[in-house]
Amino acid sequence: MKKLILVLLLSFVGFSMNAQDKVVKKSKNKEVIIKALGNCEMCEKRIEKAAFSVKGVKSAEWHVDCQDVHVIIDENKCTKEDVAKAIANVGHDTDLVRASDKVYDEMHSCCQYERL
Amino acid sequence: MYKKIMYLLLLVSSITQAQNEEIKGKIVDENNVTLLGANVYWLNTNIGVVTNENGEFTIKKSQETTSLVVSYIGYNTKKIEVIDDSFLTIKLKAVEELNEVVLSKSLKSTEHSLFKATNVQTMGQRELLKAACCNISESFSTNPSIDVNYSDAVTGNKQIKMLGLTSPYILIAEENIPSVRGASQAYGLSFVPGTWVESIQITKGAGSVINGYESISGQINYEILKPSNDDPFFVNAYADASQRYELNTHFNTKYSDKLSTTLFLHGNTRLGKNDNNNDGFLDNPIGKQINILNRWQYNDAETGIVSFLNLRYMNDDKQAGQVAFNPDTDKLTTNAWGSEINTEKFEISNKTGYVFPDMPYQSIGFQNSFQSHTQESYFGLNQYDIDQKSLYSNLLFSSIITNTKNKFTTGINFTYDKYKEFVAVNFAQDFSRIDNSVGAFFEYDYDNLDNFQVVAGIRVDNHNRLGTFVTPRLHIRYNPWKDAVLRTSIGRGKRAANIFAENQQLFASSRSFSILNTEGTLYGLNPEIAWNYGLSFIQNFKLFGRDSGVVLDYYRTDFQNQAVVDVDFSPQQVVFYNLKGNSVANSFQAEFNIELKKHLNFKTAYKYYDVNTDYIVGNLQKALQAKNRFFANLAYETHILDKGQQWKFDATYNWLGKQRLPNTSSNLPQYRLGEFGEAFGVVNAQITRTFSSTFELYVGGENIGNYKQNNAIVGANDPFGAYFDSSMIYGPVFGQMYYAGLRFKIK
Repeated sequence: MKKLILVLLLSFVGFSMNAQDKVVKKSKNKEVIIKALGNCEMCEKRIEKAAFSVKGVKSAEWHVDCQDVHVIIDENKCTKEDVAKAIANVGHDTDLVRASDKVYDEMHSCCQYERL
Repeated sequence: MYKKIMYLLLLVSSITQAQNEEIKGKIVDENNVTLLGANVYWLNTNIGVVTNENGEFTIKKSQETTSLVVSYIGYNTKKIEVIDDSFLTIKLKAVEELNEVVLSKSLKSTEHSLFKATNVQTMGQRELLKAACCNISESFSTNPSIDVNYSDAVTGNKQIKMLGLTSPYILIAEENIPSVRGASQAYGLSFVPGTWVESIQITKGAGSVINGYESISGQINYEILKPSNDDPFFVNAYADASQRYELNTHFNTKYSDKLSTTLFLHGNTRLGKNDNNNDGFLDNPIGKQINILNRWQYNDAETGIVSFLNLRYMNDDKQAGQVAFNPDTDKLTTNAWGSEINTEKFEISNKTGYVFPDMPYQSIGFQNSFQSHTQESYFGLNQYDIDQKSLYSNLLFSSIITNTKNKFTTGINFTYDKYKEFVAVNFAQDFSRIDNSVGAFFEYDYDNLDNFQVVAGIRVDNHNRLGTFVTPRLHIRYNPWKDAVLRTSIGRGKRAANIFAENQQLFASSRSFSILNTEGTLYGLNPEIAWNYGLSFIQNFKLFGRDSGVVLDYYRTDFQNQAVVDVDFSPQQVVFYNLKGNSVANSFQAEFNIELKKHLNFKTAYKYYDVNTDYIVGNLQKALQAKNRFFANLAYETHILDKGQQWKFDATYNWLGKQRLPNTSSNLPQYRLGEFGEAFGVVNAQITRTFSSTFELYVGGENIGNYKQNNAIVGANDPFGAYFDSSMIYGPVFGQMYYAGLRFKIK
């Protein structure tokens, strides 16, 4: 009997966790803010272009004063990490992913922001 | 059994424990010197460590968070996201203590956009203040893209032209709702006081399909001051030497952060009976105007709703003609020649916009406007009455396709115009009619976010007189290199010409009116159709270390059909007919501007027009259009002092080359004009003294060189004879004129 209760309990916990997963519905228009370092207009274009290269990114606006990019994504198609990775890939450090030194060094001197 | 389960559970937890590795890293300063004793902890937890003498740390991964915080005295605290187990090198930045430095750069008063697909320039408030008087028909005198012409020597009306074409070919809109059209075409711009206007956008060439099919040579859109950010009180008083007095007051109330209103009151009176050229006729009409606008704004940032409601009433009376004319005894008699133009206007309009809260790129807009415009007028023995009731409705939806590089706007609109129009000239006829149209449009906007943009629009309309037709428009922008933009545009326009309302200046003549065609749907004429092609190039650069720029543009308007207004067939007639052959308007403009020194700006432009039409007598250049024009503007401002004190100086020089005059060779010798009107230049200047941020005085002069056109009215000594004509005017009638005024506001 006790075994049964335990199994029931466990399955219930498992179920409720499942249910919780379902409650967090994936948004089609989720605004995420990613810290992304850069200096100039060229950086802005590069960062925004990289963000748009990710499927599911609907809008991307980089702000030099806040050093962040406001992105609206379809969570069914991509994640915040995908966007951060794409931005890091073109040479800009983000709070999630750091750019490789090689890509950073290859950027125009005016774009070589102070790294994280 | 319990024990087994317990073991199992323990085992599971120990496995997770084994996964729960440590994070290692190093904290350094900007010079890569390691920092000893820096705090490293997981965000919102008590789990933390301190770096050792090598600046290194080891911290166990947290299950609650991946946000790692690093802090050290004298350095900026830093938060990073840990996503894998790699060794972290975290650089901290020293806290900088710098005195605040404010860098400022004054914006140009007129801004040419480098990043819009259309060739659009925005005249801001500072530009509008350069022409202190009085309504927006007069505010373009400092802008080289718009030519301000005099339409006739009697009504003192100023007419604007763009690309060599008169205002009916320009779509004039108030906050994107077409405002000067139909009955208001001749005087509409003079019914908008300059102080009400926040900014004016001038678009050369084919416009967007969103606002309709009528624009051919360009668009002028003006924005009225917004109640949500207006000052509580504003007053402007103006007086000039011709005894014209104007008073503008604005009262603004903000009921909450969402609801606000402004009451705009305008009154003007023109009392002076001036006849500076001694031809027995008033140089400027006398009259009065009262103009009231009550504007409401509702703004709710949380729900994304913005809504405006405008209520407006205007009454304008003008009297012109011979100095001795007394309307009570002489109206419609040959005692003396006189004219009265009385206009009453009522308008109610609403526009509401909704932006989807989590989708800032998606919105719905709904614009509605009802206008009633009544003009009762006579010019000597000619009578002209027009009443227009119109409804305009536009529903727009804007969104994106996959991302904001691909935007679109689509919608439908509806226009209804009920005209009562009565013309009594050499014939008397009632032209009352109802026009209506319904249309749908789609505009696609691709922007690579770098140097290339295409805006392609198409609309389909059904109009009871113009039929069912398609209007395509295309704009392309390309930025070939830094600070440069190359644009091209192509578009088709179609419109119903209101031949009498648009050519009212001809009523002030002895010309007889005749329409040669009868089969068309508009006064017997066919709709006007034209294609407009344009190419423009802007390059900004440093010249001797100073900001400067060059604007070059070329536009061509090619009419497939035009309601030709022919004043060359005979000096005693005006003939309207459908175009047979070609009618083109070519315009080329070269503009150069430079900031000569700080606060001293110079702008100059050369314009070339070739506007020709096949008339009955053959191909002729458009009459009263200068082929060559030159423009220069010099503006100087002193540095603004602590309390806002400032001096502003502004001078504009306009030179117009010779203009072809309508043919008068068959008149008696004393009533003949030459083939061309002489070239002349006009200087306007203004000085503004700002005493504080709330009070300023201005004085200025127009036509300071005192140039006056001779023979402005042909046959002025015999206004009821066969040769009388006041419409052949190419220059100013009133000589030099000086004015002064003040502006005061409560912030």
